Amino acid sequence: MSNFSPKQNYKATMKAIGFVERKKATVKDYKRIGFKSGLEVHQQLKTKSKLFCRCPAGIFHGNDDYNAEVVRHMRPTLSELGEYDGTALMEFRTRKEIIYRLNNETACTYEVDDTPPFPIDKEALENALEISLLSNLNIVGEVHITRKQYLDGSIPTGFQRTAILGVEGEIQLKNKKVRLIQLSIEEDSCREISDIGHTRIYKTDRLGMPLIETVTYPDMETPEELVEAAEYIRFLNRSTGKVRTGIGAGREDVNVSCKGGSRVEIKGVAHNKWIPLLSHNEAFRQYALLNIKKIIEKKGLKKSGFKIIHKEIDFSQTDLISKPINEKLKKGFKVIAINLTGFKGILSHFTQPGVIFADEIINRLKVIACIEKPNMTHSEDLKPILSTSELNKISTFLKADKEDAQIMLWGPKADIPTALETIEERILMCFDGVPEETRKSFADGTTIFERVLPGSDRMYPDTDSAPIPLANNYIDSLNKNLPIAISERFKQMKKWGIPEDTHKYLLSKNMIPLIERINKDFGFSPKFLGCFIGQTFKNIEGKKPHHIKFTYNKIYGLFQYIKENNLDADIAKFMISDIYNHPEIQFSTVLEDINYRKRNLQEVVAPIDFLNEKFKEINTSKDENADINWLMGQVLKQARGNVKMSSLRKEIEKKIK
Amino acid sequence: MAEDFFQGYKGASLDALKKYNVRVWGQTKIDTSRGTFEGTVLPRAENDDDQHIVLKIETGYNIGIDISTIKNMKETGYQKANYKIPEKEFPYSDDKPNVKLFGTGGTIASRLDYRTGAVIPAFSPGELYGAVPELADICNIDTEKLFAVFSENMGPEQYIILAKAIGKEIQNGVDGIMIGHGTDTLHHTAAALSFMVQDSPVPIVLVGSQRSSDRPSSDAALNLIHASYAAGHGDIAETLVCMFGPTSDEYGFLHKGTRVRKIHSSYRSTFRTIGDTPVATVTANGIKHIKKDYNHRRNDKNVKIMPYFNDKVTMFYYYPRMKPEIIDSLVDAGYKGIIIVGTGLYPALKRATEKGVALFMTLQTIWGYSHMFVYDTGRDMMAMGVVPLGNMLPEVAWVKLGWALGQTEDIEEVKKIMLTPVNDEITKREPYNGYLVYQGGVPEMENFVRKVHK
Repeated sequence: MSNFSPKQNYKATMKAIGFVERKKATVKDYKRIGFKSGLEVHQQLKTKSKLFCRCPAGIFHGNDDYNAEVVRHMRPTLSELGEYDGTALMEFRTRKEIIYRLNNETACTYEVDDTPPFPIDKEALENALEISLLSNLNIVGEVHITRKQYLDGSIPTGFQRTAILGVEGEIQLKNKKVRLIQLSIEEDSCREISDIGHTRIYKTDRLGMPLIETVTYPDMETPEELVEAAEYIRFLNRSTGKVRTGIGAGREDVNVSCKGGSRVEIKGVAHNKWIPLLSHNEAFRQYALLNIKKIIEKKGLKKSGFKIIHKEIDFSQTDLISKPINEKLKKGFKVIAINLTGFKGILSHFTQPGVIFADEIINRLKVIACIEKPNMTHSEDLKPILSTSELNKISTFLKADKEDAQIMLWGPKADIPTALETIEERILMCFDGVPEETRKSFADGTTIFERVLPGSDRMYPDTDSAPIPLANNYIDSLNKNLPIAISERFKQMKKWGIPEDTHKYLLSKNMIPLIERINKDFGFSPKFLGCFIGQTFKNIEGKKPHHIKFTYNKIYGLFQYIKENNLDADIAKFMISDIYNHPEIQFSTVLEDINYRKRNLQEVVAPIDFLNEKFKEINTSKDENADINWLMGQVLKQARGNVKMSSLRKEIEKKIK
Repeated sequence: MAEDFFQGYKGASLDALKKYNVRVWGQTKIDTSRGTFEGTVLPRAENDDDQHIVLKIETGYNIGIDISTIKNMKETGYQKANYKIPEKEFPYSDDKPNVKLFGTGGTIASRLDYRTGAVIPAFSPGELYGAVPELADICNIDTEKLFAVFSENMGPEQYIILAKAIGKEIQNGVDGIMIGHGTDTLHHTAAALSFMVQDSPVPIVLVGSQRSSDRPSSDAALNLIHASYAAGHGDIAETLVCMFGPTSDEYGFLHKGTRVRKIHSSYRSTFRTIGDTPVATVTANGIKHIKKDYNHRRNDKNVKIMPYFNDKVTMFYYYPRMKPEIIDSLVDAGYKGIIIVGTGLYPALKRATEKGVALFMTLQTIWGYSHMFVYDTGRDMMAMGVVPLGNMLPEVAWVKLGWALGQTEDIEEVKKIMLTPVNDEITKREPYNGYLVYQGGVPEMENFVRKVHK
């Protein structure tokens, strides 16, 4: 097999696991691989203050807009078994120096853990309870603030303060009910600025903002169901009008597994539209890892006793450190050659579109051993940096068999022991199939390793906070003022005859209460309003971001003006663009801008006889309605806002027939 | 004692548990008017109300169930938590200094029991090694728990026990001493030991933590590492307080026990040397001396232990128009010595000195010297027998007066002891940088904190 081609192997293994493109995938494909998925939907609440201190919420700074820096290191604390849990161990091995940037406007001593928490923000708690009730959850009798350990430094205390508000709820999708495990209220984490080598920098503006997390059971069996559930929960949250919108205000963690695979969490997916491709690729990645397990078992390789063989390459061995590698070395680096016994064909095994198994190792080296990429090359690179003869020399140096695979690793001397451990650890995991981990997502639908998945063994009570009782009469009073359920809203829009393609927009922007108000106060039909907002207005909004003074309430004002001035509702379509772009403009000025003049029906149709004669002169069409259509077009502008289009047509017909 | 099946529950919630035959640690299914909840019943904090039952649910969170909503409750299993902490043997080595760690009751290191959420103190060498393994790279540690009292209850009896225990260890030839202590009264104890243990051949380092050691960002481990370095390897054979320098995880300060004060309730960098600079900074890799003048480590085992204290000593904070009967009542109650923190003239002072009460004055301003002769009232007070204590810190003055009166009730003798510094509790001069707690808002300072990790 001297003519082994990594590229061909990549394609062959992709085919072997029956990978299908997302666009071509069917329910049958997902059944075959046993697609299973659940969601953790994070949603920021709209409050003035942060959750446990009185810093303002929702003010964000640039990376260099800070007043001070504080440095911390996170130490794992031991569980009662005297062992570090998986994440703890990994984070400790990474020996990260965490730098927090503080801006006085948005961070106080609480954010850097130099002051204990203040009582929980009441506004946040109430908003979150409302959403819990809407999610049909069993509301707890007493809220207990709990600490959830995070050692990545994203929270300076090393834990997130979080509390359960309700358990065991459900939401009704089109074709199935999805069960909810729980809803919690929690403080948001820091935003990462950079993570290079052993230094990670965070900013603290978002830290401590109130957030809720809705967790579903893994009830979704296709990416379509997954995105439907995600949308439903987003709409439900927004229907209260008490949550933040915009970039980063809603984020999803998507838990995916395939049959025989493991729970893998794709973190922080900012757009629901990315969910289908990400979950699709992840399920197939797991399927591919299970295939790798099958292959190495078939080769007769055994986990017990398996060791990677590694040898340091001396810099005098210039024949082994060829130019392309030499170019990547920095002062104090070491180069190690590694042999993976019997692993030929595994490193270039397909895992995700354009991604091979070796990338799993490369990304773990970056995260766990803190060695920046590129940190290695190997015998099955899809874009090889070493020639075949150079690879052969390394193979000879390692006394490798032709069924083996080789890695050339480089990095700072101090990080090499961890790097070797990391490689061996990942190789050994091949024998178990799919490691449990959290993964970071990219817009192209692929993911990379982020962290080992933490266990549930990282929760303990916050001794700095007292429990908060939730009395029955308080819950009852909240229950009385809840918005209508999203599943009911879908039925309502159908009954009104609002076209289905507008439903998503209307729910996501929480427009239905606005439609109901305009309908109730001014009598315009929900169908007309639904089309106007979901089509005309949506188009205008899509072209340009909101003017700072523009609120959706302007739409209410517009219809109030139309009603009071006895205008035809259609004129809204011509006025809205001006109003959206110049929210402080007078409605009467808008009318002038679009050349509106008050005319009654008779005035509008007065020139029809003359125009009809003109039409006969110039007409070439055989369409029997050509005359009406042409005449309508001629007087349309004059009719706008004055006459309903249907009445105008009738009147013209009457005149010419 | 019979096993307590209902730890912390009382009144109505206890009745509810008994009614349905459910114990703490019982896996329980509870039907309520708000739906069904499942989990393990946890002990309840004693100060919490009697209207709720605490449950740990499967996802690891705790929740409370309102007993008025309970329709039915059933125990489906039972698993009692195990509080035992596993130990790892502390790896002793001959080439490392031997350090003795005395426990006073505060938690320096600890572990979590995730099942219960309880914080379990780690104190034995094995436990400490499990929590802070780096300690073994610095020194050999032996531990002894002298007593278990909260920091706020540390007082003269404990100071005396500590001083005697330190004396014994020094005679046994230890290379350094560490004392784990809560932070609220750490500086009182540090002052007491400065007076009671004199001419020590080895460092005596008091250490605590501002953030509980169960959290990943705790300052406890680093303080312990710094303190064990200072105790085992340091050359400063004095009573020192070792706590965070900046709030960042960078280095610790070594403060003289007589010049240190806690000045922020929760900041990590709360301990500051007042009116002087700290003696040194310390990291796991070494000590950087700031002050050149200090007592050096010696090879002998000689130490002077002076375990005296008269607790008929008090102090009060002056406020304008303070009523004289306050002093009268203290005199009537038999107090032998009073530290006045502040200023002011009291006719009652005269009566007190006439009764043989020792009166001393320190500053309410904390920083600076009491220049009583500058003002008329000051001169009058001095005439009435009130003795100014220079730049001695108020808490230190209280400790020292108790210590002095523990040795003699002869007023002149007491005055002499008070005015003769043991270890810089009164200094001859205040360096210009002895009064620096940086202030925000000033552009130069803002620039400084932006660049330097505060």
